[in-house]
Amino acid sequence: MIDHLNWTATVVFVFFFAIVTVIGFVAARWKSGNLDELHEWGLGGRRFGAWITWFLLGGDLYTAYTVIAVPAVVYAIGSYGFFAVPYTILIYPFVFLTMPRLWNVAREKGYITGADFIFGRYRNKGLELAVAFTGILATMPYIALQLVGMEKVIQALGFQGQGMMSHLPLTIAFVILALYTYRSGLRAPAMIAFVKDIMIYIFVIAAVVIIPAKLGGYGAVFDVAAKAYAGKANQGLTLSPAQIGPFITLAIGSAMALFMYPHSLTGVLSASGPKAIRRNAMTLPAYSLLLGLIALMGLMAHAAGIEVANPQDAIPQLLLKMFPDWFAGFCFAAIAIGALVPAAVMSIGAANTFTRNVWRPFVNPAISPLQESQLAKLMSLIVKVGALAVIILMPTKFALDLQLLGGVWMIQIFPAVIFGLYTRWYSGEALLAGWVVGFGLGSYLAWGATAWVPTSTILGYGAYNGVIAVIANIVVATALSFVFRTKVEGDIANADFLDARSTA
Amino acid sequence: MKYVLLIIPCVLSVWVPLYNSIEPTLAGIPFFFWFLLVLIPVSSIFMWAASRIGGDDA
Repeated sequence: MIDHLNWTATVVFVFFFAIVTVIGFVAARWKSGNLDELHEWGLGGRRFGAWITWFLLGGDLYTAYTVIAVPAVVYAIGSYGFFAVPYTILIYPFVFLTMPRLWNVAREKGYITGADFIFGRYRNKGLELAVAFTGILATMPYIALQLVGMEKVIQALGFQGQGMMSHLPLTIAFVILALYTYRSGLRAPAMIAFVKDIMIYIFVIAAVVIIPAKLGGYGAVFDVAAKAYAGKANQGLTLSPAQIGPFITLAIGSAMALFMYPHSLTGVLSASGPKAIRRNAMTLPAYSLLLGLIALMGLMAHAAGIEVANPQDAIPQLLLKMFPDWFAGFCFAAIAIGALVPAAVMSIGAANTFTRNVWRPFVNPAISPLQESQLAKLMSLIVKVGALAVIILMPTKFALDLQLLGGVWMIQIFPAVIFGLYTRWYSGEALLAGWVVGFGLGSYLAWGATAWVPTSTILGYGAYNGVIAVIANIVVATALSFVFRTKVEGDIANADFLDARSTA
Repeated sequence: MKYVLLIIPCVLSVWVPLYNSIEPTLAGIPFFFWFLLVLIPVSSIFMWAASRIGGDDA
């Protein structure tokens, strides 16, 4: 089981893991608040200033899975995997415009989740449930994928095992994570994010300087990579005509979906004010640059002569080959800790959503604040156990497919959330009908003969299923809003969206 | 004006025909890659400009 273990790398790995474990438990006392209240446990009391939010959102959005998967796609087919860069460029102007409005209304009305806002805006329990259901459903496989990222680096350390034993290190890591998230809530990932992000920056800056230097410079890296793709259809250092449509729509659709996920909204709503959010929109692209450089590692793997059957092993193998053992251990620890932050925030976001938008309206409307926070803590455990079970009991491909579908589903709440920030013209019933159509169409399009597919051909152009489905969603919601003119008088005033106060 | 500033980097990022080429390379890096990488900090500058002219409720 441990005969082939790389001991130097493993000792470094375990050392950093132990540090963040201590931080995770100590975090309960940081900026102390009453953790028996949901907005304290699940949003850190909305007290995170621009700096903390920067580390938290950076650690939350740029996940371990991303660090493995984006360069894996680049390694496999080249420039197409770079869609992650326009995707992350599109996100922040959008965040800059819309998220301060959401924060303001959430602070004013005490909203913890996106679905809270939906109910406040449209007074439609069905739509609230649809939004909550979508978020929880899409988050589960996303947490599972964080485990895939962790497992990849544990395997690269040389750990081997038979059957259930092969998942032992992962299980231990996840139990520890579950315990400190239960205890400290959002404070734990917020504090760990500092360690994670600094480690990732060190790892990436070292990698993009040292690895090309060893391989003869960037020119040589791209030359070798070009040869690796030469003569293969839809592979290469530029996009083929057939790839352009999917590339653009994947970027746009992924950007629309990202801030609909509960974990993204949890990160935004925990900020101390709209100014902190705008400042983050301007500065978070630093992480996008990091992601772009990580993506280039997929090309470096070719130049370094890395040949792996599963492209997701390309980066761990590249690090092992190019770096001394102790630094490879450091990089692997950075990736594994990189999985902990999003996994914790995702489980908290899903738990907040379940408690606020499923349990409270449909099971126990009289729930007390104490019961609310206790239920959310319990749910955060259940969500993580579920994700672990998915990884241990089902093929990894299952989690990958679900994650792909997760994005398609998440976009379907975009019209309700974002239109709702600007107008009350849309009716809840019409948006719910649009959601049903978009959710159904998106899932249908993804259903391929042999595997789930991310894109479909429409009118001769390839396009991301999520974008096709959300267009149908918007058309239906708009058309039906002319029919259902049920004028609901919510208690939200236009001024509630504007900057008024800040908790910092 | 604020909206124009915010939309410019977005349009550039998905205007694929503009940057879908190897040449001109920069330090051995094909145009496709370095254009997108450079556009990231450029988008930050545009947001900063939007916040300067937009006031509090930008």
